Amino acid sequence: MDNAFGQPQNVIVLGGTSDIAQAIVKRLIAQRTRTVVLAGRNADSLHAASEQCSQWGATAVPTVVFDAEDPANARATVSAAFDAVGAPVDLVLIAVGLLGDQDADENDAEAAARMAAVNFSWPVAALAEIRRRMVAQGTGRIMVISSVAAIRVRRSNFLYGGAKAGLDRLCEGLADSLLGTGVTLQILRPGFVRSKMTTGLKEAPFTTGVDEVADVAVKGLSSHKRIITSPPVLAYVFAVLRHLPAPLWRKIE
Amino acid sequence: MTKVVLNGWGRTAPSVADVVSPTSEADVITHLATSTHVIARGLGRSYGDAAQLGGGLVLDNRSLRGISPVDADGLVTVGAGVSIDELLSVTMPQGWFVPVTPGTRQVTMGGAVAADVHGKGHHKDGSFGNHVRSMRLVTPVGARTVTPEQDADLFWATMGGMGLTGVVTEITLQMRKIETDRVLVDTDRHKNLDSVMDAMLTGDVHYNYSVAWVDCMTKGASMGRAILERGNHATAADVKELRLQGPTPPKLAVPFNAPSGILNPLSIKIFNEAWFRKAPSHEERAPKTLSTFFHPLDGVKDWNRFYGRKGFVQYQFAVPDEAGDTVTTAIDRLSSSGVPSFLAVLKRFGAGNPGPLSFPMPGWTLALDLPVGPSKLPGILDQLDELVLAVGGRIYFAKDARLDPAKAAAMYPRLPEFRRIQAQIDPERKLTSDLARRLELIGK
Repeated sequence: MDNAFGQPQNVIVLGGTSDIAQAIVKRLIAQRTRTVVLAGRNADSLHAASEQCSQWGATAVPTVVFDAEDPANARATVSAAFDAVGAPVDLVLIAVGLLGDQDADENDAEAAARMAAVNFSWPVAALAEIRRRMVAQGTGRIMVISSVAAIRVRRSNFLYGGAKAGLDRLCEGLADSLLGTGVTLQILRPGFVRSKMTTGLKEAPFTTGVDEVADVAVKGLSSHKRIITSPPVLAYVFAVLRHLPAPLWRKIE
Repeated sequence: MTKVVLNGWGRTAPSVADVVSPTSEADVITHLATSTHVIARGLGRSYGDAAQLGGGLVLDNRSLRGISPVDADGLVTVGAGVSIDELLSVTMPQGWFVPVTPGTRQVTMGGAVAADVHGKGHHKDGSFGNHVRSMRLVTPVGARTVTPEQDADLFWATMGGMGLTGVVTEITLQMRKIETDRVLVDTDRHKNLDSVMDAMLTGDVHYNYSVAWVDCMTKGASMGRAILERGNHATAADVKELRLQGPTPPKLAVPFNAPSGILNPLSIKIFNEAWFRKAPSHEERAPKTLSTFFHPLDGVKDWNRFYGRKGFVQYQFAVPDEAGDTVTTAIDRLSSSGVPSFLAVLKRFGAGNPGPLSFPMPGWTLALDLPVGPSKLPGILDQLDELVLAVGGRIYFAKDARLDPAKAAAMYPRLPEFRRIQAQIDPERKLTSDLARRLELIGK
């Protein structure tokens, strides 16, 4: 069960090998988390991540293998993860995402569809099943990792940013739909994060490491804030950027 | 059956459950038979998640009514949903007071049993369970009358058992004869914690009731300055006018949630200062009404809204006599951390009772209200848990909203015994609560 300080005991991570997710889980295990279900694409990486969680102090870290390119498996994946916990799930962290290669993907129908599937369709399908199960529990929290790229979609990564924007806006409405159910949803919007997902890319202003994001995320979990921005200053930066006239916006890319 | 968002008095960690209001033992039996997970609820005065059950069935037992006439020996049979407030309204004019009352009258008989509540008289009178002569208990394997003579294991497991051994529908309680509705109170200001603890160690024996209000916001030489209030029931000879009036309803109320942060270090310091200065530095045998002495907070309805949307936690621990310095360390750590805390309540406990999960143990108990918000608070309380555990102390489940399950098991070494008794009356494991799940009280 969740406690008065928003410290979950049973956690599911969809996208369980993500660097940000791992850093968050490490902090949660240092608090009250003992059971962590890691769901991801690669069985070997999941196994390694699971070992890591056990070393940090988790007592049970089952894994679930799934392919986020196929939303048809979302229901079964979420079900398997809930069943692996076998008790009320306190937190589902959705860390599924694919940055892609914008230049290569933007004229490739299959690649563009893949970007939409991983960043939008699969999480949306999973959220429907998570919503159903958590509302039945009468308790539970969902944290969805979005991106500041979702606040205003840029020319240079519109496939990623656009899909995240869809997910982000959908989650705002979904969070409203949960009022009075005992379930809450929070949206985490990190800026540019140094991680294996961004290796080799040029860093943006206000770039942070995964540890900074995880600190902000865990602090956010103990608050009632719906939208959590990391680093927090980016909330103010994007409050301005999103209203810039389009020519100016294009220029500062 | 309606879906309701439920939380405890601290207003943290809500969950949604189906809520029904049984009006008879037969209703309770039916609900237990037809649902998968159940817990009883009274007036919701547990601070944490004891009387809520996400996704399950919560029995709102306030409709289990009935107060029998008090017999010549002071025995009264009361429905589980009757509050101490309601009971006193009927019995005080006849000269009968409850044997034990916590700091609020707004607790039901069922809740008083589930938490095995204690009051300012614990050093003399023990806790609520010591005065229950029998009860009707509906368990998943049937309804029965449980007494300490005939079914000692189940009786004592139910005292402090947090509702996990069955649903209490009715209790027979031994009341206390009073001649007046007043308590003669001696009040003393103490400039620091050592001074008040010395006074309590040497002098509490002369009083039926004793409590110290400790200021946790002062540092240095006046760290833990306190107001000590001790008293005995006034006899007919002590008062000019013989009166036996029941409790009066609160005149003040907090109509809506205060903005979070209204209780900050500054405002709490000001309040604590005022409270300290308001008290006489020394006063003897001042007659006070039972309401003012026993239930000061009942004077303001819904006072928990002062803590705003984020709510608050109450941290209450008990430690043995030889670990009195744990009280000092706890107050010192909180006052030096700058985490704002209202007046803490310090008391001495007498002997515990046989309940495996009953909280009181001989020694000291300290209770502090702490607003949720400061980021270092969870860590500070985790460290205090270590300290309490190391000296053989424990945390009060009725107040808890954040303890680690491994530490809960270590603080209550008789938990396996409780689980054995619990498993016998609940083989399908229907009885549970958010608290029981969080602390793994009936296993994982």
